[in-house]
Amino acid sequence: MNPSSAFQLSDVSKVYTNGTVALKNLDLTVNEGQFVSLLGPSGCGKSTVLRMVAGLGKMSAGTIYWGGSSQRRLAYVFQEAALMPWATVQENVRLPLKLAGMSKAAADTAVAEAIALVELTGFEHSYPRELSGGMKMRVSIARALVTKPEVLLMDEPFGALDEMTRSRLNSDLLHLWQQKQWTVVFVTHNIYEAVYLSNRVVVMAARPGRVVADVAIAAPYPRTEEFRTTPLFNNYCREISGCLAHASGQLLLRPDAEAKAGDVINQIA
Amino acid sequence: MTNLFSDLANSANLEKSISPSSAWRQLWLRPLLSPDVLAPGAVGLLLLLFWEIGVRVTNMPPYLLPGPLLVFQTLVSEWGTLFPSMLITLKITLVAFIAAVVSGLLISILFTQSKWIERSFFPYAVILQTTPIVAIAPLIILWVRQAVPGESSTFVSLVICAWLVAFFPILSNTTLGLNSADHNLINLFQLYRASRWQTLRYLRLPSAMPYFLGGLRISGGLALIGAVVAEFVAGTGGTSSGIAYQILMSSFNLQIPRMFAALLMTTALGVAIFVALTVFSDLMLRNWHESAVKREN
Repeated sequence: MNPSSAFQLSDVSKVYTNGTVALKNLDLTVNEGQFVSLLGPSGCGKSTVLRMVAGLGKMSAGTIYWGGSSQRRLAYVFQEAALMPWATVQENVRLPLKLAGMSKAAADTAVAEAIALVELTGFEHSYPRELSGGMKMRVSIARALVTKPEVLLMDEPFGALDEMTRSRLNSDLLHLWQQKQWTVVFVTHNIYEAVYLSNRVVVMAARPGRVVADVAIAAPYPRTEEFRTTPLFNNYCREISGCLAHASGQLLLRPDAEAKAGDVINQIA
Repeated sequence: MTNLFSDLANSANLEKSISPSSAWRQLWLRPLLSPDVLAPGAVGLLLLLFWEIGVRVTNMPPYLLPGPLLVFQTLVSEWGTLFPSMLITLKITLVAFIAAVVSGLLISILFTQSKWIERSFFPYAVILQTTPIVAIAPLIILWVRQAVPGESSTFVSLVICAWLVAFFPILSNTTLGLNSADHNLINLFQLYRASRWQTLRYLRLPSAMPYFLGGLRISGGLALIGAVVAEFVAGTGGTSSGIAYQILMSSFNLQIPRMFAALLMTTALGVAIFVALTVFSDLMLRNWHESAVKREN
């Protein structure tokens, strides 16, 4: 096993009790400090990969090897903010520490720090219902960061937000990632988001869930908003969109186009 | 009605900066002058007026239908006997209600800890609920008299009857609430390796709160109904007889105005219980739950 790998999924399959094959013979190695996006249509098992990595549910077959990190050092951000509506921002962020048995006084510094990281200082005593969608997501991220994780799993965290909030949170997340150097696995179905954030995009296809392409995004960090308008960015988006279309079989009726998309995949491989 | 009560609850937690006297005015006057009180109040007064006029115009004898004025006069003159009876019924209701809350809460927690316990016992809770209390009250009274002879026998059997009626809404509502915690939060608790107790304490119980409080409101009224029905069946005289016994005796003696007065007291008690529980529920949920949060549009 590669010494710098954070974790490695080997030959992982997941079949749900209703017979759905969510994942079939999936191999995936994520290196330490990498920002990997899992991109694909709904039903391709990208969320299932995260759940397996987090240990939420059993694999039907296969193994996960942990390298430099451990399952205990990970945090999870869900698609919905999933906050406790009866608790304030501060109490929501403190939750993981409270579950670990840390006293309120000992947790306070870490909680304040996490809230400051997501720029919500001043909202400690607000209730979730008083916050906008973007702010709720920030609280959710602060709750993930409060344990100082090494691996951050994010399951379409910005999927339900408007475009402006999404791009703002994208750049804030990127900024934090550069500071903290976590390993991030980011599930999304938004190509632009995936290319903008990641240094590696894993394209998946459905029925059964599998990896169809693995694209390295060789653009330097820090990436600014201008990166979104560069030819390099557009090339990556086009390439990945070709892989997606090919995998979902949309181009089957046009053999010439399929051949082109096939070339792209061959180049990657 | 609910609006009125949440008004009460909300004015109870107004800003503390205003002076005490104006705070009191805010607390009582404002809700009383709101349309939520004025409108039903006006309807009630009109109905009473028509009733009184109708009784006087048709020369209706009081033993068939007494006018509201006469009922009110009787209530005042009979207060000395009716009020202690009401207190006895209130005591039965309260003890049964508290027993229902405690047992309902504990059993619903037990149900959610194991699917097998819930599967095995929930149908029997339903059977307990659907058996008519009037039918089994004589049995309960008979059994309790065997087990607890003496003065407190009637009291205990009446409490058991009222408890049987009040218990189920709390059990079924709280069970539903404990099972309806956000699945993402359940995953989060799993991820951070929360113990069973932590999940219950920090996630399931708070999630169940609105459901539990809803059950509380239903069950408060039912405890009173259970107590009254059981008193009807028990029908015992003696020193400690509740308000239902007074209704029963008044009807036997054709003291219809007195019967109406006792009925009025029972209804007022039921409304008071409902108001108290609604205000309590709104206070508990005022920070977070949609049902208790005031929104400006």
